[in-house]
Formats: sequence, C-alpha cells, structure tokens
Amino acid sequence: MKRRFAVAPIVDALLPLLAVVGALLVGAVILALLGANPVEAYKAMFYGAFANKNGLADTLVKATPLLLVGLGIVIAFRAKVINIGAEGQLIVGSLLATYLAVELGETWPPILVAILCLIFGAFAGGIWAGIPGILKARLNVNEILSTIMMNAIAVQIGFFLLRGPMIDPAEVAAGTNIPHSARTPKITDLPRFTDTAKSLGFTESSSDLGLTGFDKELYGLFVEPTRAHIGLVIALLMAVAVYVLLWRTTIGYRIRAVGLNPNAARYAGINVPRYMVLSLSLSGAFAGLAGAVEILGLHHRMFEPLSVSAGYGFSGIVVALFGKLHPLGAIPSAILFGGLLVGGDKMQRAVQVPQVLVTALMGLIILFVVSSDIWSRRRAARRVIVERDDTAGDDNPTTPAKPTAEATL
Amino acid sequence: MSEEITLVAIMIGVAHSGIRLATPYLYAAIGEMFAQRSGVLNLGVEGMMLMGAFSGFYATFQTGSPLLGLVVAALVGALMGLAMAFVTVTLHAEQGISGIGFYLFGLGASSLLFKVMLGSVEGVTGFRSIHLCVPGTEAGSGSCLSDVPVFGEIFLGHNILVYLAFGLIPVAWWFLNKTGWGLNIRAVGQNPEAADTLGVNVSRVRYATTTFGGLMAGVAGASLSIALLNIFQENLTNGLGFIAVALVYFGSWSPWGILAGAMLFSLVNALQLWVQVLGLNIPSDLAVMMPYLLTIIVLAVPFKRARQPAALTRPFERGEN
Repeated sequence: MKRRFAVAPIVDALLPLLAVVGALLVGAVILALLGANPVEAYKAMFYGAFANKNGLADTLVKATPLLLVGLGIVIAFRAKVINIGAEGQLIVGSLLATYLAVELGETWPPILVAILCLIFGAFAGGIWAGIPGILKARLNVNEILSTIMMNAIAVQIGFFLLRGPMIDPAEVAAGTNIPHSARTPKITDLPRFTDTAKSLGFTESSSDLGLTGFDKELYGLFVEPTRAHIGLVIALLMAVAVYVLLWRTTIGYRIRAVGLNPNAARYAGINVPRYMVLSLSLSGAFAGLAGAVEILGLHHRMFEPLSVSAGYGFSGIVVALFGKLHPLGAIPSAILFGGLLVGGDKMQRAVQVPQVLVTALMGLIILFVVSSDIWSRRRAARRVIVERDDTAGDDNPTTPAKPTAEATL
Repeated sequence: MSEEITLVAIMIGVAHSGIRLATPYLYAAIGEMFAQRSGVLNLGVEGMMLMGAFSGFYATFQTGSPLLGLVVAALVGALMGLAMAFVTVTLHAEQGISGIGFYLFGLGASSLLFKVMLGSVEGVTGFRSIHLCVPGTEAGSGSCLSDVPVFGEIFLGHNILVYLAFGLIPVAWWFLNKTGWGLNIRAVGQNPEAADTLGVNVSRVRYATTTFGGLMAGVAGASLSIALLNIFQENLTNGLGFIAVALVYFGSWSPWGILAGAMLFSLVNALQLWVQVLGLNIPSDLAVMMPYLLTIIVLAVPFKRARQPAALTRPFERGEN
C-alpha cells in the first residue's frame, strides 16, 4: 500500500505534462490532416520559440502578461470565483496607464510616472473586477456572466476613448484620424534587458567574447538589443508575492478557506462575501497590471482593435490551470505557453499552417487537464475508503465507507 | 417627409431587426437551457456556434444547399456537445473551465479551417427571406404580404430560421413542463440522487441534453452564417454565445423568460444600430455597449426570480452521499 502512494504524487505532478502531450498528439493529427508534417511543424515551433535570442526574447515578452494574468486567475480560482473578465480588466488597466503616461510623462519625474502607471493600471483592473465581485456578493449575480459582459463594455469604452478623448493629436492634425493614442513618452518606457545590461557594465557583444551556440543566444538575450524588457522581473516578483500572500498570510489563508469550503469558512467566522470580492478584485488588479506592463514595456501606445489584450484573458486561465493553480507553478507554465504562442508564428512560416492552431491547442490542453483531474480525485476517494476501513477495524469489515463530496476536493 | 412618419418607420425598422437579431440567441439559449436544467453548465456555446457557423457555411458554399449546411452545422454542434457531455458527465471535469476549453478549441479550430479551406471572406446564398409575393413580382413592389403596413413590415419578410426559432419557444416549454422526458430533465437537475433512486438514468439524461445543447448551438451559428449574414469570418459570433448563456440566467431557466430576454437584448441592439444609421449625436461605441450594460443591470435587479437548478455544475456519481 505504502509503495503505491509514493508513486501517486509523481503521477499527479506529471498529469499536466501528459495533458500537453495528449493535446499535441491531437494537434499532430490535425496537422497531418491539413497535409503538414507534424514533426516539422513542432520542430519549427520549438526552435522558433526557444533556440535563438529573438525567439527567447519574444517568448519571455509573451510570458510576462500571461504570468501576471495567470497569477490573478490563481487567486480567484483558489477562492472558487471564476474570473473570465481578465481581458476587460487588462484593457482598462492599459487604458489608464496610457492616459497617465501621456498626460504626466513630460512633466513629472519619469520613474515616478512609470510606477504610478503600473499602480493605477492595477487599480483600474481591480475596480473593473470589483464591480462583478460586489454584484456577486450583494445581489448574487453570477460572476462568469458579469465578467464577460464587463469585457464587452471595456472594449467599447476603449474604442470610444481612442476615437475621441484619447486620440493621438498628431492624427487629428494630419486629418487621418487613425484611432490610436499618442505614444507614451520614451522616458517612461520600462528598461529593456539590453539597457539594464549596459548600465551594469556589460558592453561586449557575444562575438567579442567568442561565444558560440546556445551560450551566444543566451548572452544575446540578456545583453544585445531584443524586445525583452524588465516587465518579466516584475511578473516574477509578483509570483513570489502571490505565493507569500496565499500561504503565509491570514488573508491568503481565508481566501483559500473560502474556496475549499464556503460553509466551513462561514462557521469559522470568515466574512465569505468580502473575501470573494477581495479575491476577484485582486485577480483583476493583476490583469490590469499586465495591461500597464504591456503598454510601458512593449506597445507604448493604445491602438485599435485593442489587440493589447491578445486573448491573454483566456490564455491566462490555461496558464493558471496548467500551473496547478500555484503561483510558482504558473512561472514555467507561462514560459511554456509564451513559447507556444511565439512558436505558432514560426510554425506558420515554416509549414504554412495558420497560427490559430495554437488557440485550438490551448483549448485542448485545458480539456485534457480538467479531464485528467478525475484520476487524482478517484485516488483521493480510494484513500478515504482505505483509511476508514483501517479505523473501522473488525466491527464491520464488509461495508466500505463511502467517499464524501469533501474528500474529492 | 414629416417627422412623425420617420419615427414610425424607425420603430418598424427596429422591431423588424430586433426579431431578426434575436434568432441566434434563441437557438443557443434554448439548447443551453435544457443542458442547465439537467445540471450541466455549458460555457462552450460560443465555440460550438463558431464550429457550426463555419461547417454550415462551408457545406452551403460547396453544395449551394443551405438546408444541407444547416444539417451539417447541427451535426458538428451535436458532436461537440457530445464531447462536452463526455468530459463533464463521465469524467466529472469542472464544467465552467471545460466550457472555456471548448470555446478556445472552437475559436481556434474554426479560424484554422476557415484560413485553410476558404482563405478569404466569401458570400453564399443562404436561406431566403419569405415575402409571400404575388407570383412574378418582387419584394418592395407593394404586391407582397411583407409590404403590408406595420404587421407585414415587422413580422413578414424574414427567413425560415427566424420563424423556427420563435416556434421553438412554446415547443420547448411544452416538452419541459408537460412530458415525462421534461420531468426527468428537471428532476435530474434539481435532485439527481432522488431521480436516480426512481430509476432515471442521470448520465443518459445529461448526455442527451448537453448533446442537444451543442446541436442547437450549431444551428445558432448556422443561422448567422447562412441565414442572417451569409458570410463567415474569423470569430464571427464575437461573444454572442456567452450572451446566450447569460440569457438563460436572465430568463430564469424558462423558455418564455429567454424569449423576453432575447427580445429585450436584440431590440436594444437594433435600436443602437438605428441610432448609428441615423447619425444621432450619441457615440456609437457607447451605444454598442448598452445591451451588455443592460444585461448586467437586469441580472442584478433583485426581483423575485426562479432559483437556478439545484444541481447545476454538480457532477453526479452513483453511490455518493
């Protein structure tokens, strides 16, 4: 018996990987049906995303918002609140960050402006998620539906602002009226890896140092000009912060308690509605922060069709689930899916299969991950039976105790 | 033209478009209602609609027969519904998240197929509007029933899928409330343990309703791509499936409630379209937002509404509890 339980956790840990393999196999069938060589396609994907400095940089650039959104989703799902509104929360965060950067950038100290943009981006996302939170807590409005509606509303507000109040004055002056905002002042841009390396004294290029192969690419990633920016560092720090919040503070304990069993939490004196609103709001704050980071680190302006969100609101859910709803697990998960997005683009060029295949693959990965949960749940249920049999002794050995619903959580 | 006549014309136009626009919501929401009544929340409606919209469009594009397109769309939708049932009923996967998985899969797969098999936005001749004209004349010539002032202008001149959608409402109500099968569905959604004790096969009922929900989502998608818009493009539904799910809550899990919700939503939508056409001094972006805002507000109004099916989102396994 003991030996079986030692194997089980390993299988549990491997399940998400098996889910990816399963999804990739289905993807291979689709590729083959489309007349592309699956091995070629996946090779192009992998090499494109991880084998050179620009691929690596783009992967990390995509992993940054994925991780931030995913962290928010972890908090919400831990409280059993389903946040599907990260898309909208990200948009309002990036809108407010753009607005502040454009308005204050030239007049206030740039570092202060950048920090304010990040804080207020998060704040905007938090408010945007807080509205469905309060509606759920006070009026019992299903948060899945209200967060989806809030997405649509955020998009329309974005369109309105970019066509009117926030439109680039240069566009109006030129008469072209293309709906995008002014560029945020350069001094508020988040430093890129290359800027940071320069200020730390790394000035030689990789050929000066005689580096070759992957070492050269890795050195290039951190020192030579790529799109990689320190938003990633912010996201990594946030992952640690969320870990501390959830497992080392009272607030985090209560959030998890509400998620595990709201009734027990209520009996323990926890204000359940308040913690639901809080977790949804925190979740939105991370999405909003992701939006602000995207503006300051990558896009430097808002433009239609609001592609700043790029589906991160949904792929962030995949990242969180794949990371087993653990903030530190979300880190490799975000890098993997960032790589998948970048690799999809490279695959499109190599084997002429449209990049949208990656979206379908993400859907399949979600399905495989949630479906494979049954394995660990069944095992937990079996363990309950075994333990109860042990404690029941010889009194009633023929009737195994039934697993309870709680045991399957 | 005096102002009063324009106002009447606008109201007629809004009513006509409102009826048209309600069609996809009705199909998708009625299917979703059956699934939810049996305890399965299918959030993947959007993805199933997209797959239905594409496959129906493609079949029509290739064969020229919208009827065949409709059948194909229904089959593809049903297949996805069946997969949803397998994942949530047999494998007990978390329903909300599985739905997101089906949404992403449908969004990605329909775009992929569109790019590979069509490549560009094409048009088809889908289901035609029914004008009931005197033989040899055309719509708008004054010799059709759809030209009859007010009544004809509002209620006639739609295509067959529009009428079927509205006809579905009383049928769904009758099926749910007046037949043994409907009773089983409600029992399974309310108290699966009790239903099981009485010999109802809980899994089979949920499989049936979820598959039917997928089928209707496929039809809803086809109603867009081969009846209302007659085109397919990436993400054609653009959130419509999620709104259909919201309408089920909005309508308190009853066909008539869903009808009211869908009409309210699409009339407001039609109104904002007309506001744009008329160039009134309201920013169109904010007008587009109105239906969504309205949905949130209505969901929040605490009037006496039916409670959701007690076993919604709860997997059932024999022998539990």
